[in-house]
Amino acid sequence: MDLRRILLVIALLVAAPAWAQKFITVASTTSTEQSGLFKHMLPIFEGKAGIQVRVVALGTGQALDMGKRGDADVVFVHAKALEEKFLAEGFGVRRFEVMYNDFVLVGPKSDPAKVGGTRDIVAALQKIKAASAPFASRGDKSGTHFAELQLWKAAGFDMEKDKGPWYRDTGSGMGPTLNTASGMNAYALTDRGTWLSFKNRGELVISVEGDARLFNQYGIMLVNPAKHPHVKQDLGQAFIDWVISADGQKAIADYKIGGEQLFFPNAKK
Amino acid sequence: MRFRGLSGAIMHRHSYLAPKTQRLASPDAALLHADAYAEPKTATIGGRPLNAIAEALLGALGLITAWDAKLVEIVALSLKVSLSAVLFATLLALPLGAAVAVARFPGRHALIVLLNALMGLPPVVVGLVVYLLLSRAGPLGEFGLLFTPPAMVIAQTLLILPIIAALTRQGVEDAWIEYQDQLRSLGVSGVPAALTLLWDIRYSLVTAVLAGLGRASAEVGAVMIVGGNIDGVTRVMTTTIALETSKGDLPLALSLGIVLILIVLLLNAAAFLVKEAAQRKYG
Amino acid sequence: MSALLPLRLSEVSFHAGGRTILDRVSAEIVAGPRTLILGANGAGKSVLMRICHGLLSPTAGRVQWSEAETPGKPRRQAMVFQRPVMLRRSALANVTYALKAAQVPRAARRTRALAALDHVGLASLAEHPARVLSGGEQQRLALARAWALRPEVLFLDEPTANLDPSATREVEAIIGAIHAAGAKIVMTTHNLGQARRLADEILFIHQGRLAERAPVEAFFKQPASAEAAAFIKGELPWT
Repeated sequence: MDLRRILLVIALLVAAPAWAQKFITVASTTSTEQSGLFKHMLPIFEGKAGIQVRVVALGTGQALDMGKRGDADVVFVHAKALEEKFLAEGFGVRRFEVMYNDFVLVGPKSDPAKVGGTRDIVAALQKIKAASAPFASRGDKSGTHFAELQLWKAAGFDMEKDKGPWYRDTGSGMGPTLNTASGMNAYALTDRGTWLSFKNRGELVISVEGDARLFNQYGIMLVNPAKHPHVKQDLGQAFIDWVISADGQKAIADYKIGGEQLFFPNAKK
Repeated sequence: MRFRGLSGAIMHRHSYLAPKTQRLASPDAALLHADAYAEPKTATIGGRPLNAIAEALLGALGLITAWDAKLVEIVALSLKVSLSAVLFATLLALPLGAAVAVARFPGRHALIVLLNALMGLPPVVVGLVVYLLLSRAGPLGEFGLLFTPPAMVIAQTLLILPIIAALTRQGVEDAWIEYQDQLRSLGVSGVPAALTLLWDIRYSLVTAVLAGLGRASAEVGAVMIVGGNIDGVTRVMTTTIALETSKGDLPLALSLGIVLILIVLLLNAAAFLVKEAAQRKYG
Repeated sequence: MSALLPLRLSEVSFHAGGRTILDRVSAEIVAGPRTLILGANGAGKSVLMRICHGLLSPTAGRVQWSEAETPGKPRRQAMVFQRPVMLRRSALANVTYALKAAQVPRAARRTRALAALDHVGLASLAEHPARVLSGGEQQRLALARAWALRPEVLFLDEPTANLDPSATREVEAIIGAIHAAGAKIVMTTHNLGQARRLADEILFIHQGRLAERAPVEAFFKQPASAEAAAFIKGELPWT
């Protein structure tokens, strides 16, 4: 009799609320989510359209893979070359530019590679490699990782071949990579948004910023219903339309941390 | 409308302002909502800074007393998922364990070894397998279960099923050795015997079920992969702790961890009291 | 009137672990007299009982009841073991459990169980958890459980070996009452005094063989075999 009552309570708890609400699944990146942008802008859209936006935050590569598998309705990432490949392979319908932010190079206050205060990211990377200063990389197929590799390439290095013990490939998200960098006083490339909200800085500060090559463009795409018929085409398109509309772009611009704007809307009219 | 160029944007000097004031019951509850924090604050008591553990303990207390709505939502989901998984796993594991204990069939010993080994299933592996099954590209994709709480329940059920089954099997087998002659003398064997044994070792089974509950509520690998850690939908205690850790907010992560441990402790204490009361009554 | 008996054992042998535990035992066990199987420890008495009751299969030979028990139908024989095995329930529940297994209708179970408990003097302990009862009480409970089943044959395997003298006396009295109620008693013991008190006939087992069979008086006055004589004198070594 005690047992039956316990079972009844459990059964009641299990009876999940009916998922009657409309929703879409958006595959995006951990850096975007951890910046807090979604917490700011999604309630605005949900309030207007009555559509719940469920964001699964992964690395850019994983997010695009999710789109390829059809596990998401919309992908919202920041690696243009990979996004265009995604489109070319027929997994997306159309790519819209949404916003940009920038990457910064953070490093220890002690600055062993003497790169502090410069504007030239490529020169800074060359100095870091020359000094074999510790560098923490994401190594996880993310947009940030991709951008980092492009910068090393511009500096003349192929990180597959040129890396040494000073180059720490953490294979993890932005936060854990920053945790690692903080823990071992290493340099790391991070997006400004994650950096601004990161709480475990240790002795890290911004070493290099402002280089045009640190520009980071975000794009949004509807997953192709031709490949995955179950994709919520109308709801997904409604979200995309809002994001690139004046209303959505304003929501993006309004997001600030400590008075500082993080993302700069640049959807084409 | 003109957008500021990139260089214009970052011409701004970055000033690290003081944390913005939140009108919430406790400063720690605010941390669940705040995404920005200029400098991690160092808690002090009487002017002296606390060490990390003490700070986390205080933080946990703050979280609990604040009874923040967001925290309650996360805790409720964690309990729903793990308790559901325990329920389903128990319903499947008890008959399975009892059957393997009482029946004799070729390959029985291999099955016992397999069950015991599966107790150590890595949660992330279970998560991956269930993800591949439930993905739209997978065999069960049409049900659209991925990134929902039911997917998390499925993953955790599979994870803890071997634990409960293996412990049940051991308990029933030990009991069968003791009771076999008497039960067979009374003409009881097979399924009725297994049921009798299950009821008779019920107190040991409570321990087995609690072992499953412990495993389920502590794991993060499986629910992270199949749930996606979606805010407000599939975010549970363990994935929140992982998220806060990766955001660098270690004190908050630790505080949440303490809250989680306290909840599991409460559940175990409750189970213990029920067991004691019943044992006094039935012997 | 028992339809199961007589029980015919033909050349029953049992080998295990490379040893011969029973060696071609043949006997006919008929309804009526209290049959005691006597022998030293390790003589094979317990194994013989278990084979008769169906808990073990003989390696050779046949066990033939006059009427076969139908599988799925209630058992018509019962057994009490040296160590009573009780479920984690009340004393009464242990008896009703056996009655349920014997397909006694639910309405009759409780009454029959209480009557059986009353017969063995445990009525006041009916609601106690069975496993907290003393050794003697648990053995009496086992007898109540067997009695409630109204078996045609009751096997008892050294039922008082672990009990003190007063508990032994109580158990022996109950056995006598069950016999008076009409059940055939087949019991093992290594205790000479008990054999003298309870038996009508003795089957003496020595090293797995049926060494002698005689009515109790004749057995103790004039044992026909040398081994029996030595056993009675207390001189038989451990087998």
